[in-house]
Parts: sequence; C-alpha cells; structure tokens
Amino acid sequence: MTHIILRHHDVENIHELSVYQANGGYEGLKKAFSLGPKAVIDEVKKAVVRGRGGAGFPAGLKWGFIPGGDMQKYIVINTDESETGTFKDREILEKNPHQVIEGALIAAYAVGATKIYNYWRGEYMDAAYACEKAIKDCYASGLLGENILGSGFSCDFYNHFGAGAYICGEETALLNSLMGDLGQPWSKPPFPAQEGLYGKPTVVNNVETLANIAPILVNGADWYVGLGTDQSNGIKVVCLSGHVNRPGNYEIEMGKVTYHQLIYGEEYGQGMRDDKGFKALLPSGGSGPVVTADALDADVSFEGLNPFGSMMGSASIIVMDEDTDMVWATEKMTHFFKHESCGKCTPCREGTFWLEKLLIKINKGRGTQEDIQKLERVATQIQGKCLCALGEFATSPVLSTIKHFMDEYKAKVNTAVPVPAD
Amino acid sequence: MLKEKYAKEIESLLARYPEDKKVSAILSLMHIAQKEYGYMSQEAKEEVADILGIDPTHVLSITGFYSLYYEEPVGEYVLEICNDLACALRGADEFIDMACQKLGVQKDEITPDGLFSIKNVMCLGACDRAPMLQCNLKFHEHLDEEKFDQLIDHYRQRAAEGDDRAHEVVDKILIETHH
Repeated sequence: MTHIILRHHDVENIHELSVYQANGGYEGLKKAFSLGPKAVIDEVKKAVVRGRGGAGFPAGLKWGFIPGGDMQKYIVINTDESETGTFKDREILEKNPHQVIEGALIAAYAVGATKIYNYWRGEYMDAAYACEKAIKDCYASGLLGENILGSGFSCDFYNHFGAGAYICGEETALLNSLMGDLGQPWSKPPFPAQEGLYGKPTVVNNVETLANIAPILVNGADWYVGLGTDQSNGIKVVCLSGHVNRPGNYEIEMGKVTYHQLIYGEEYGQGMRDDKGFKALLPSGGSGPVVTADALDADVSFEGLNPFGSMMGSASIIVMDEDTDMVWATEKMTHFFKHESCGKCTPCREGTFWLEKLLIKINKGRGTQEDIQKLERVATQIQGKCLCALGEFATSPVLSTIKHFMDEYKAKVNTAVPVPAD
Repeated sequence: MLKEKYAKEIESLLARYPEDKKVSAILSLMHIAQKEYGYMSQEAKEEVADILGIDPTHVLSITGFYSLYYEEPVGEYVLEICNDLACALRGADEFIDMACQKLGVQKDEITPDGLFSIKNVMCLGACDRAPMLQCNLKFHEHLDEEKFDQLIDHYRQRAAEGDDRAHEVVDKILIETHH
C-alpha cells in the first residue's frame, strides 16, 4: 500500500524540502490559496477528519468555531505525545515534518491565524531537529514568514518545548503550559476556539490530524470520504507494542484491518513473541478499557470496539500474552496515571493514589476480597467528577480488568499463606 | 550568568512570544539553566526568574511540576529508563535492575564518581524499541546488557576527555538553532 502519512516508507529523504516538493509537497497549500479560507474549511468539514489524538473530534468543526475578524489567532500543534504505548507523532514529525507544517499552514490560512506554535514534549527535543531544519528551509523558500508564495498570507512557525507532563496533551493544560504556567486544565467554557492562547481564538490539533490535511486538499474530500468507514473516514497510524514480534507504527485504512490482522499479519506485528497465546490488549494506551480475544475480529476504527465496551482512541495498541499478570499490568497503568495526575481535581489526585495503594496491596498478596470492591468503588467515585479526561482514563484499566480478569484478582486475595507486613 | 553567557540565544527564544507574554519562554530557559547548573539550583531558579522578571517561587513550582527538571543534584549523565507497561512487557524492569547493579547504585542515587544517576521515568514514546532510555534527552533504544555496557563505556570515555557535549540535545535545539 502507498502511504499517505508515513510517506517516508515510500519516498526516501522526504524530510527534505526539495524531496517533499518534488513529490507533491505544498501543492495542498497552493490549492488552499486558490480556494480561499471558507472553501478550505468546507472541504475539511466534508472530509470529516476526526481528531487523531484520541478524542475523535472533527477538525473541520473545530476550525469552524474560530470567529471571524482581524484579531490575533493561533494554531497550536499538540506534540505532547505521552500516552503509554503511543509513538506515532514523533515518527511523523521526525520523518515527514513538512506534511505537518503544510497541514498547520492550511489550518492557519483557513481560520486567519498568523502564528503557529508546535508544543513538543521536552523528551522529544532530539527528534525535533528535522522539524527545526524544515522550518528554516521553509523560511528560506518563502513557505513561512511574510507573504507566503505571493498569496498575501503571512505566518510564523515556532517550536516550543515542554518538560515532561502527560497532562499537557489535554488542550487547555497544554495552553496553560505554553503560557508559562503549570500544565493544568481549565474548566471549559471558555473553549480554546473562543479564548485560547493568550486569551485569543486558538485551534489545537494533533500532529497526525494535521498530516491528513494537505492530501485532502490535493485529492479532494470525496477521495478521503471514500477511505475508511461511515464513521471513520481515512487512514490511521497505529502504534503496536508489547508482546508482538514486530512492534512499530503501521498505517492502515480504518475499518479494513482487524486487531487480529495487526497482531498476526505478515505486514504488521508478525505474531506473538515466542509463539505465546494472546491474552488481552489495551487499544488506546492506558486510557481505553482492556479487551480480550473475543474482540480481535473487530476492525480498527472509531466505532470498531464499541460492542466490546472499548475504543480505538489514539490506536496505541499494547498487546499482552498468556503469561501476563493482569493485576500487575493494572498496577503499572495506575502508577502512570497517579504520577501524571496534575493534582488540580481531588477525585483524580486522591483517587489515583488510593487505586495504586490498593493494587500494590493486592499484588503483594496482602489484599482481601473487600479490597477488590474498594477498588471498584474508588474508581467509580472518580468517574464524572474531574475537569479533564485523565481522571476518567485512570479508572479504565482498573474497571476493565476487574470485569475481564476477576479470577486473577481473586487468586491474589485468596492466598491462604499470610504474608508478613514489610 | 546565563543572561550574559547566552544573551543572543535567550533573546531569540524570547522573540518567539508576544511582547507582554515572555514568561512563555520559561520552560526553554529552564532547560538551558539546568544544562548549565546540572539541576534547578537556587541560583538557576533565581537567574531564570530575573530574566523573565517573575518571582523565583514561580520557577520553583514549575520545577516541581515537570518531570524533566531536577530539584536535587544528579550525575553528569542522567540515565532515565522507561518502565511503563509497554516497556515492562519487553523487559524494562529487569533492565533497570541490571543497570542499577552494574553502576552500584539505587534509583535516584549518583555514582561515587559523579558521572551517572539512574531514574525510572514514565513513557518516553519509544515503546516499540524497548528497553530504552534517554540520557540527557538523547534516546538510546533496543538496549540489552551488552549495549548498556557499551553506552556506559562511551560516556565514561567522553567524560575522561572532558566532554563539552554532555547536553548536546539542548545545545543543538535551544542554543544553536535560531530563526
């Protein structure tokens, strides 16, 4: 298959401006200039590009919320890729940076923004070198700065580096961080489209989402709608990790590949490591409920896992084999969420602390049947009570493993041998 | 003083943000301060605050919030090993134990020669290349015991030669790159 996003697999050195341009690069931007801002938004709306950071909110709608008028507006690229199991945006920006820059420029032109900030997690600083180089080349070639390609449209692009905080992937936390504050979410409204960066209308889009935009303008919304399913247009970059033979990023057409194919397919994961049996997978890093073998025939799309009570999210698939201790895995994920809780909302800050404490107790063989019920109770008390989705996410590994692997929890609390306290 | 030593670079970083919003540069300035002082010492915090015209307590709260800033001294090379679930499924927990044992330290301790400290950190976004670590923001992937030994030898040798590129990533991205 010819890649649409991970084009570096097909075109050598596409990170270089000359190579990107020789292969159709910045034609989408030129098309945008010829269509005019309103028609660009209409085209992206028609294509229904659902946000690839995990939430699935259509990019065209987001852009459409930006008010008209001459005030300063911003595009912010969300490169705070920090969900366990997610490593696609780094590869896209490192190997094919111009496609993201072009998408962001089209977004800026469409909504009338003149500044683009690319918010990277600090840990990706080394990976940002290709993007820094790409920006420089764009300025030198009239693709950034004043009067881009003679269109009369001017726009600047800046990389901005965070410093290690999963929560900054949440758009309002990201904006607070970009404004020099703690990366903590704010209560919406106001939405960033009304009052975002420095109180100005702001679009926050994921890297992969923006990488879809130029191909849509070049090939048309109808082409894009023809890919994928009714509810999931286009392609998706899937991050495959855990107990598979060939972990990595794979680009797929949504709705056309099953989880089973991803794990066992020759062009994807090439089977379970050491030929072990499959036990479970996390479809969206830590934040989507775990699913078991019965869900393997579901296709990878926004709606594919609905019947199994889970979701595609960012398509960060962590595969676990038959030997995996699911209560241990749950403790790992819970530790992550506890560590990354920003501390603003009490149910998340305190709840994740208690979830981890209970899981450690159970994993050490000191838990009781009552502790399992307590886990469930704490998790359900977090739900629906936090400003952002992190609190909600933190409950999902706990509740979904209790649902599917109660026997493993029970085996740990029913140990007849009393374990001495530390 | 950072302000003098990196005058040009700081000016370029500040120029990325609107006139009255220069505090946006705080995280980048802290990356530079930490490269210079090794950790966010009192001096480092005060200098960043001075550049931005803000209270040092704000820099203190930022230091505590973001995991890449160190509140206490660390080794010259900080080995940050991810052992989140995806990495742990590929042996990261055992890898950390091995690394600690080889260097004769516990997590968060500094080796007696001052060269290394080991930290375990949350997901670094390289789950397909586990076990992996970042050393002063440089990723090292697909690791095993042998490669770890080579890595340590490599850094020891660099240190012996008076490494002036220990923070090459910050140098490359925040110091040498302007536009």
